[in-house]
Amino acid sequence: MATDITFEQVNYWYQAGTPFAVQALKNIDLQITPGSFTAVIGQTGSGKSTLIQHLNALLKPSSGTVKIGDRIINSETKNKRLKPLRKKVGIVFQFPENQLFEETVIKDIAFGPQNFGVSEADALVLAKRMAGEVGLDEALLKRSPFDLSGGQMRRAAIAGVLALEPEVLVLDEPTAGLDPRGRLEIMQLVTRLRQEQNLTIVLITHQMDDVANYANQVVVMGHGELIKQGTPREIFSDPKWLENHQLGLPSATKMAYELQQSGFSFKTMPLTVEELADQLTPQLSEGAISHE
Amino acid sequence: MAIIQVEHLNYQYSNSDTKAIDDVSFEIQAGDWVAIVGHNGSGKSTLAKLLIGLMAADSGKITIDGQELTPDSVWQIREKVGMVFQNPDNQFVGATVADDVAFGMENRAVDRDTMVAKVDQALKQVGMSAYKDREPANLSGGQKQRVALAGIIAIAPKILILDEATSMLDPRGRQEILAVIQQLKTDLNLTVLSITHDIDEAANADRLVVIDDGRFVEEATPDNVFNHGQQLIDMGLDVPLSEKLKDALQKRHIAVPQSYLDERGLIDWLRTSRLNK
Repeated sequence: MATDITFEQVNYWYQAGTPFAVQALKNIDLQITPGSFTAVIGQTGSGKSTLIQHLNALLKPSSGTVKIGDRIINSETKNKRLKPLRKKVGIVFQFPENQLFEETVIKDIAFGPQNFGVSEADALVLAKRMAGEVGLDEALLKRSPFDLSGGQMRRAAIAGVLALEPEVLVLDEPTAGLDPRGRLEIMQLVTRLRQEQNLTIVLITHQMDDVANYANQVVVMGHGELIKQGTPREIFSDPKWLENHQLGLPSATKMAYELQQSGFSFKTMPLTVEELADQLTPQLSEGAISHE
Repeated sequence: MAIIQVEHLNYQYSNSDTKAIDDVSFEIQAGDWVAIVGHNGSGKSTLAKLLIGLMAADSGKITIDGQELTPDSVWQIREKVGMVFQNPDNQFVGATVADDVAFGMENRAVDRDTMVAKVDQALKQVGMSAYKDREPANLSGGQKQRVALAGIIAIAPKILILDEATSMLDPRGRQEILAVIQQLKTDLNLTVLSITHDIDEAANADRLVVIDDGRFVEEATPDNVFNHGQQLIDMGLDVPLSEKLKDALQKRHIAVPQSYLDERGLIDWLRTSRLNK
């Protein structure tokens, strides 16, 4: 009973029906299949955050439909009975540490499930398990969430969403403001959750290296429209187009394009350092090969 | 001449068992760009707050432009220091870009004609003249940080402190803002102190000061620090792409140069080592 999410001709206006109406989404067609890892990229203000709020009906389309599993959401959908969707699709918003509020880390993580009718005792057991899942040390659980470091707070917030036991995990720039070690740890956590719990992942990010390393589907947003969709390899094969849309390349790909100017050739453009090294090695002269 | 002198600085938060800043000493020469690097929680931001007197050190001495930082001198010293924070939204007050740039001068009772001229000049220096009458809220992240910088330039500080000022920007926005700062540093002979864990920003500095657990670890040029490989991760920095690629090539039995190369340098080495068919 894996959850498919399908957008059909979705439009969304903020302040619809007023003189201040702004169209934030235009004719979006999109499918997110179970177990996939979708990266959503695009400039600030391109509609990324509006898009993900449609994934669990926090926003409803002004026109068009969003199908989440067997539920169809359109402009007529009543706010009743949307709760199960919020449990099925968990969203970790930007700077989620701002939403921590309980006295202790464990209570904070257990807050979500209790909202969905889980008993306090069961919620605490679940919370403890999820804290372990995200790699939060047990000694930290009795502390105030505000005593944690930035990376730890981020994990606590993710654990809080995981405690809802969602099938789809949506993350809005989960590594923003973290140092490189914190960033790597969060991305490794997301990858592990996907593999071990078979979670579907939707990630908003500005880090093209993360797109190259982790995603299997990329959605590019621009001015409220879905302007391109494909695998990372397809998206990063057109640097001109990316440049025109003020988007970058993964760092290894960027370097490969520069090496092309120096006479190197690449069968397919490398997306990672390992792929780049693989293709460079046979193109280097005998003198550069170590004979140790 | 040292424009910033820090001697045996100590600071401990009241709710903590360990010192956030532990006997830190260093000097920054006028006109230099120094980056303070360290992982999250290493004490970088605490150090910045002590330097501009937002918090008072438990012991030790800070001297800025020949003047010791004390409760009496703090206001005079802040006149010489401009600071740009991580999130420009927290720094905006004006209804238009021009109003916002003028704010710092209003606080300093600059007369109107001078102010108008200085706002225009500052916006020109950061390449934002066309946005003068726009609302700051509708700008991109990179543009917002430029406006924040213009506000600082308008009050002509001697020292610019950047507290993770590029961490919220996309790579393009970051490059833009670093280029603007580099230009300002030259034009105005600014001393720049940037607190960062971004490798590109650190690469722009003349020297790096590495802080860990509130202690001074080392001071060196970026090249010498970037040579540390995986240790860089513990310092709160990323490993530069050129070093990652060197590692990957070495694993494939390529005899790469041992010394640090930046991307340009590695591309040059690869070009000369290319097999000519």
